[in-house]
Amino acid sequence: MSRIDRGNAIRTLKGRLRLTGRHLHGSREGMTATDAVVADYKSYRHAKSLFLLGFLVLFVVMVAVDLGVGNYSISFLDVYTILIEKIYGWFAGVLNLIPGVSIATDLGWIAGMPNGQISESVVWDQRMPRILAAIIVGVGLAVAGAAMQSMLKNPLADPYTTGISSGAAFGATIAITLGIYIIPGDAGIIVNAFVFGMIPALVILALSRFRRPSPAMMILAGTSLMYIFNALQQFFMLVTDPNSSQQVLAWTTGSITSVVWSDIPLMLVLVALGMVAIQFLSRTLNAMNSGDAYAKSLGIDVDRFRIIVLLLVSLIAAGIVSFTGIIGFVGLVAPHIARIFIGSDNRYLVPASALLGAVLMLFADVVAHQIVSFDLPIGIVTSVIGGPVFLFLILRQKKEVW
Amino acid sequence: MSVEIRAEGLGVRYGDVRVWEGIDLVIDEPGLVAILGPNGVGKSTFMYTINKLLVPTEGRVTLDGRDVQEMDYREIARLVAYVPQASNEAFSMTVMDTVLMGRYPHSGYSTTDEDLRIAADCMRMIGITDLAMRDFDELSAGQHQRVMIARGMAQEPQVLMLDEPTSNLDIYHQLHVMKMLRDIARERGIVILVICHDLNAASRYADRLILFSDGAIRADGAAEEVMTSENILDVYRVRADIVAVDGRPYAIFHGKEDPPADASDGVKAEEPVAGPMEGPR
Repeated sequence: MSRIDRGNAIRTLKGRLRLTGRHLHGSREGMTATDAVVADYKSYRHAKSLFLLGFLVLFVVMVAVDLGVGNYSISFLDVYTILIEKIYGWFAGVLNLIPGVSIATDLGWIAGMPNGQISESVVWDQRMPRILAAIIVGVGLAVAGAAMQSMLKNPLADPYTTGISSGAAFGATIAITLGIYIIPGDAGIIVNAFVFGMIPALVILALSRFRRPSPAMMILAGTSLMYIFNALQQFFMLVTDPNSSQQVLAWTTGSITSVVWSDIPLMLVLVALGMVAIQFLSRTLNAMNSGDAYAKSLGIDVDRFRIIVLLLVSLIAAGIVSFTGIIGFVGLVAPHIARIFIGSDNRYLVPASALLGAVLMLFADVVAHQIVSFDLPIGIVTSVIGGPVFLFLILRQKKEVW
Repeated sequence: MSVEIRAEGLGVRYGDVRVWEGIDLVIDEPGLVAILGPNGVGKSTFMYTINKLLVPTEGRVTLDGRDVQEMDYREIARLVAYVPQASNEAFSMTVMDTVLMGRYPHSGYSTTDEDLRIAADCMRMIGITDLAMRDFDELSAGQHQRVMIARGMAQEPQVLMLDEPTSNLDIYHQLHVMKMLRDIARERGIVILVICHDLNAASRYADRLILFSDGAIRADGAAEEVMTSENILDVYRVRADIVAVDGRPYAIFHGKEDPPADASDGVKAEEPVAGPMEGPR
């Protein structure tokens, strides 16, 4: 699509957004030009909130689709019934901790369902950890991608293309296979992943501080680091166990099937922490988008801000990669799709990317379970979808940027 | 009362290249101040030393007596706004969102109705109200420039610095922007620094002209003192007759004089771009 075609497409969309919004505000008679601009802008913001709501609905639907499909197929209604009863039971359990409160933790809905016990076990015990992992991975990578793209002014950036995921995977691998820990214990794997994920992050930091790299140069540097870390990671896995080629594949392409319930809390906490922090910094990300000099003149300590964002991205990547291996392109694609619908204001883009990242991962998970009779590593699906998008973005790069 | 900008023994080098040194200057009167001089003479560099985009090699700049190097960026941003020469947006937002960025140093996380009103007012003053909901990267270079000026105004600074704000504008908008900047400077009692290549527009609208030439300030004062045939010949190597138009000096330029024999060390060819600030891209 040419730039003009794209401009027209977006303009049409914006027109629709404005129309959607204008209904909310009624008549514009008797307004000054200033009032009219303010009213238009508020409509536009409302329209963006509606899109966010739409993405949320899409997300809730995809959760049920993904939980329902598989060898043992379960209907939408049953999936939601089970989820509601489970979540209700959890809340009731928490409330029961208050002295004097006693609520039934059971709605009795599942018991009333044909094959209720089996469905419950399939949905909650077998599929739920995997689906939660898909959601956390999608949210985390997409938020990290959106933050990196704005901060580095680089549409090609995400934790995968800059090598941060590969660095983290290498760190986790040497902890698991060689027992090399920076700090001992279960958290040691994640700390390793975080520290090694910071190596590509430091390279990016040094590049943007001293070389003013083009987007392509930054990604090529990231890709070289990716090769190095992936090769080392595979080497160490195969050296420790020559029969582990199956796991090596699962690690380098990324898989969520091995995630169990006990992994979820730590993943969730790390990604949620990173996401909330990035949402909080989203306005500063907008300013970074206009270049270092202008961001500074808006009062932003650019060098310190870059370090903070890269730390958060490495934290998210470590929290994900330690459990799933390297899942590519979700962080790249989700923010670009989100931008088409709600524009580049990071205050809206970050939550929209998070929801679309989760939707993409759930979709990829459905595909991975429908195509073949065994558990296809989900990273294969995301790469098949994301690779062409990446190529498209490279080809569409404006000449001046190179 | 406006902020006092004071440069004391200010000097900047990019590596081995000396831009200028020993600059002593006080700007404490509200008004439009035009910064003039040939390409590569360090006009933008002078601005960078005022809002800490650059650490001077020697000397210092103070705002109301405080060394800018000791102020943090947010403090400076509440006093000084900067409008860069070229737009540099990687992912474009709507024009309204872009202008609202000027409110960032003043507001918290969310945008208040007051912010919206100020942004819309700035857009009205510069005549881009009809572009409010357009995408920034759909616009022409001239429209970009006006959006960026509105963004600088939305920052409601005590000192507004604009780097060649009229370079992409047609004659009508050049004059409109210069006149508007002068009026704002006078109404709000602020200092507006503008880098400008149009000597006649500067003469017509600026309250003070500062003419840089190789390594120093060549002239500083009212248009009558700065816009002289001698100054123009020395600094730009162009012959000009000065006439009076609307009571202001107006330069009529002759064809370009043959370059003097020592031209090579008179004017540097390119603006130095090395150093920790971001150059045009």
